[in-house]
Amino acid sequence: MFAAQLPPLAGSLFSLLAITSLLLTFVMLGSRWLIQYLFAFAVQSWLIALLSATVGYYGGFPELFVIAALTALFRGLVLPYLLLRIIRRLNVDRELHERLAPSSSLVVGALLVLFAFVVSAHLGQSLGLAGTVAVLALTVMLSMKLIGFLMLMVRSEVLSQILAILVLENGIFLGSQILVPGMPLLIELVILFDLLIVVACFGVLVRYLVTHAGTSSTRELTRLAG
Amino acid sequence: MSAPRLAMIGVMTLLLAPLAAAAGCLLVRRARAAELLNLAAALIAFAAVVGLVPLALRGPYTFWGGYLIVDPLGAWVLLSVATVYLLASIYAIGYMRSPEADPRLHHFYALFAGFALTTLVGPLMNNVGVYWIAIELTTLVSTFLVGFERTRESVEAAWKYIVIVSAGISLALLGIVFYYWAGSFSLGPSYDLTWSALRAVAPHLNPTLALAAFLLVFIGFGTKVGLAPMHTWLPDAHSEGPAPVSAMLSGALLNTAMIGIARFIHVADSARLGMMPRTVVVIVGSLSIAVAALFITRQTELKRLMAYSSVEHMGVMTVGFGFGGPLGVAGALYHMLNHSLNKSLMFFGAGEAVHAFHSKRMGRMHHVLTMMPVAGVLWIAGAVAITGAPPFGLFLSEVTILRAGITGPNAWAAFVMLVLLVVIFVGFLNHFRAMYFAETSAESSAESSAASNDPAALPKPRARATSLWCTLPMWLALLPLLALGLWWPHALSSYLAAIAAQLSVGTAP
Repeated sequence: MFAAQLPPLAGSLFSLLAITSLLLTFVMLGSRWLIQYLFAFAVQSWLIALLSATVGYYGGFPELFVIAALTALFRGLVLPYLLLRIIRRLNVDRELHERLAPSSSLVVGALLVLFAFVVSAHLGQSLGLAGTVAVLALTVMLSMKLIGFLMLMVRSEVLSQILAILVLENGIFLGSQILVPGMPLLIELVILFDLLIVVACFGVLVRYLVTHAGTSSTRELTRLAG
Repeated sequence: MSAPRLAMIGVMTLLLAPLAAAAGCLLVRRARAAELLNLAAALIAFAAVVGLVPLALRGPYTFWGGYLIVDPLGAWVLLSVATVYLLASIYAIGYMRSPEADPRLHHFYALFAGFALTTLVGPLMNNVGVYWIAIELTTLVSTFLVGFERTRESVEAAWKYIVIVSAGISLALLGIVFYYWAGSFSLGPSYDLTWSALRAVAPHLNPTLALAAFLLVFIGFGTKVGLAPMHTWLPDAHSEGPAPVSAMLSGALLNTAMIGIARFIHVADSARLGMMPRTVVVIVGSLSIAVAALFITRQTELKRLMAYSSVEHMGVMTVGFGFGGPLGVAGALYHMLNHSLNKSLMFFGAGEAVHAFHSKRMGRMHHVLTMMPVAGVLWIAGAVAITGAPPFGLFLSEVTILRAGITGPNAWAAFVMLVLLVVIFVGFLNHFRAMYFAETSAESSAESSAASNDPAALPKPRARATSLWCTLPMWLALLPLLALGLWWPHALSSYLAAIAAQLSVGTAP
């Protein structure tokens, strides 16, 4: 396990990047403004790209530099640009009716991080990795997963839901850079590409929603039940 | 020619035919030509699969750097998928033609062939990560088919479908990362996570991590299969898409995700995690049947009724795989083919009924037999079959699954399943009784008079001559279903036994 024997500097760098990414998730959770979500997401993607490069450097995985460049390009530039276009077209710049106020969401988010930590610590213990950066990576990965689901539940603007799904993916990507840096290049490339198609599909669907359902809020999507 | 080479040619044909059809539809941009292109692709794909099925028995073949695999389990799922693709392609020609839809029909067939391609790719994937991507792609293509009619409801269904399934399936990706991570302790940081590599390394995995990974992939792919409580997208998507798309979703897509669950159960067995994984699988499967039973009895909308019936049958299959053993696996796989045939038939009939009565509400449908004589008879035969009544195939496969469970450690589930199947039998057929034989009741006449006050009242139902394009696939689905119920050929049982052997681990239950 590569995360178990790291120089201290590398360990601190990984921790710093992972924790800052987690904090950015809280920025998304605590804000009402769609444009702020988007910037938080873009910065988070850049941090993850930086993390890939750092892991590649310290772990001796040169292919991670390619991943880092592509992550920065796709997740950091292309996806935010596509989403920005959706925001411009929608004429909606903030969440109007959260099911849970941002302040309360922050508290729930903190509880979810606590839960993720307990689970990760337990897993780390059983793997003999307690106290290493692997536990931290696992915590951040699971927290982002849980917070992504929380955002899906409490936010109703279509753009928030797209971003919530992207946070889910970012969480996995971040964790996998530290836990499984040797994952075959092909898989990571295809997943990056896949994400691009996902966002393109979401973009088209948002246009259908606005045209045919006349709304950009999932609160209005209540025709189908039972 | 050697067998691996033949298998490779078969796979190439299988994949290139729908790909070429999708590209062709976009190029020619003509509705009639697109219909024919798609039908030709479906025929070629079906022929290729029929060739692949016996070939696969002679051993798993892998090619293209080990990314593609042809094994008996995969070939069996391909058979179900290709059958539904063929039937739905024939049916679509009769169903989709209309003056409003014609200008966009080449888009429909391009998407349809593309969707078929993604569902045919899934069972062939040997690398776990690539399999995940194939499943994700099926969602992306089929979303647009679900929303094809561009009504408010269908767009809503498409949105809910893509959001719920993308979120759910991301859990499966997390599970796969966990598997990869657990394997990297003994295989080193870089290796190819193929099904066979995963099975081989499974006994050395850390048990806690392996269990967490299994639960994650089960929930993730379970979302795609439509297992309760992650099934919420399924009734929306199945009821709002055009009828051929509903048939493809139910008969092809769900099976493509189900094969992943079957393979991961095998990995969990190899990891020696005890009974826990199988018990979870059986519980979730039983819960799906229970949820489906509740919604089937209380349903008012025709296509949602069919959709909940899919939840039920996916639950039955999951329980079958959860019981495991030669009988459980054989029963579940037999059920898969039977369900694919039968559910296609049901959705085709539902499509005809919706066209004839201009409504999806069952309260508006009366005297179906006078409205659609031939299709009506075929449809009610299908309704009897889908509730698991003899002499049709589903009866046989459900009994096989019950036999597998009754002696195992999760015998309670067999009893629960039996009770729920009886509830569904009564509830499902009661709707058909009302639609076929009931006198127009007070409640429904109140509903129709309310509808006549409605300014946007729908046109009066009228008997329609069903085109051969629509009845032919119904015959083609019903007759094999009857044959499979009356006669279980020896070759078939030895084929299913071979798959069960492939999925068994030394001392597995």
